Amino acid sequence: MRSYTFRKIKNRIMVSLAYMALIIALIPLASILIETILRGLPAMNFSFFFEEISPLGEPGGGIGPAIQGTLIVVALASIIGIPIGVLSGIYLAEFRQTEIASIARFLNDVLTNVPSIVLGIFGWTLIVVAIGWSVIAGAVALAIMMIPIVTRTTEEAIKLVPTTIREAAIALGVPQWKTTLTVVLSSAKKGIATGILLAVARISGETAPLLLTILGSRFWFSGFTEPTAALPLAIFNFSQLPIDWPRVWGASLTLILMILLINIIIRYVTREKYG
Amino acid sequence: MSYKIEIQDLNAWFGKKHVLQDITMKIKENVVTAIIGPSGCGKTTLIRCLNRMHELTPGAKVAGKILLDGEDIYDEKVDPVTIRRRIGMVFQKPNPFPMMSIYDNAAAGLRLNGVTDKHRLDEVVEKSLRVAHLWDEVKTELGKSGASLSGGQQQRLCIARALAIEPEVILMDEPTSALDPTAAAKIEQLIRILIEDYTVIIVTHNMQQAARVSDFTAFLYLGKLVEYGSTKDIFENPKSELTEKYITGEFG
Repeated sequence: MRSYTFRKIKNRIMVSLAYMALIIALIPLASILIETILRGLPAMNFSFFFEEISPLGEPGGGIGPAIQGTLIVVALASIIGIPIGVLSGIYLAEFRQTEIASIARFLNDVLTNVPSIVLGIFGWTLIVVAIGWSVIAGAVALAIMMIPIVTRTTEEAIKLVPTTIREAAIALGVPQWKTTLTVVLSSAKKGIATGILLAVARISGETAPLLLTILGSRFWFSGFTEPTAALPLAIFNFSQLPIDWPRVWGASLTLILMILLINIIIRYVTREKYG
Repeated sequence: MSYKIEIQDLNAWFGKKHVLQDITMKIKENVVTAIIGPSGCGKTTLIRCLNRMHELTPGAKVAGKILLDGEDIYDEKVDPVTIRRRIGMVFQKPNPFPMMSIYDNAAAGLRLNGVTDKHRLDEVVEKSLRVAHLWDEVKTELGKSGASLSGGQQQRLCIARALAIEPEVILMDEPTSALDPTAAAKIEQLIRILIEDYTVIIVTHNMQQAARVSDFTAFLYLGKLVEYGSTKDIFENPKSELTEKYITGEFG
């Protein structure tokens, strides 16, 4: 009997320790969210979202161009990065034992860990030097950042598709490439979507690569070869002057909400037909 | 009765492991041929050679000939995809496509091979489900997920899926080993009906099942074909001592 009581007590202690760890992990997350909402909401109103950015230190104005710029740069980066990442992931998963796959996998892992400022410098030397500060340069830098994340998660998602499903399709006389593109991809789509989501969320908040590529601007989008504004850059710029801090919080909250919205949309689009 | 499949000096390997050695056997049309033997004797490998699935495993190798209606399916000019359309397969564990409805599962073979005509799909889906004895149980809920069915129903759905592309031969790899006895009995009845139009080759662990369901039986042991003949002979008058020991349960 004594050992049973002892075991029960031990169990209780371990469970409470686990709960405590969870709460400790949630404290920073919750405080960031609460703080951002409390300070960001007062800055938000209709004109805040739709007006051009006023010069630093000047009251009024909005963050319209920054929202627009972030959407355009992230969309363009996704158009470049997602197909390359997904296709590379399919290659790595389907031809996993070839030598070129293991080399590609290694290089991909290295690319994941390249500091984002280095990607900014890369975008700068590759494109900015040639055509100047531009949306394209920023999108390329962010796309390069996306590719390894999307590749890796696509590969893992496809590897999780059971062999039995794949074999069922092959035994029906479906060519291998078609099996991959239909049955395997549709079984793995949730995992792939999660990878894309992670990548989009990650690049939406990147500041360093954008500093060196799209430069930042106070005005609306004026072409793919022109500098543009972006939310992370706007936040960074506003934070230079204490008087602009309300705008810092407003823009931060906007960025968080945007990422949340992208999350919800992708989750909805790729939801399982049969839960 | 003519021979549907002739296996000549078939050898198969997984890497360096020689899993099938010099198998030679002729399989008749419109009968059930059972392949029995203890675990690891090469039963599954043998039927996976018949629809060229064996070679998909990395490191797997095949040598020898398999004639389907007199044509070698391992000839260089033969596309394995066309062979798999002529020789369907049902797997050990029911494996309906989880993201597809019952209807879509039954239609999968045709759809993935490019058939889009709705009328023809409807027709084939109903016919295959009827032949697989599943139609009456699912006709009102064709839109439900294939994975929502019971194990036995799932396996009959997999049989319907295989039938929908109108193969000539159906391979079954221990199709009832994951099912309860009632569900297994239904599949066995179905197999007896299928041979009116198809040639069935079934791998089974269960000797009583082989005795009940098959016309011919092949006994494999350690990658070699020990004995092959009519099921009656194999179970009542086995020629080899090894066969007798296996079917009487002395080892297995």
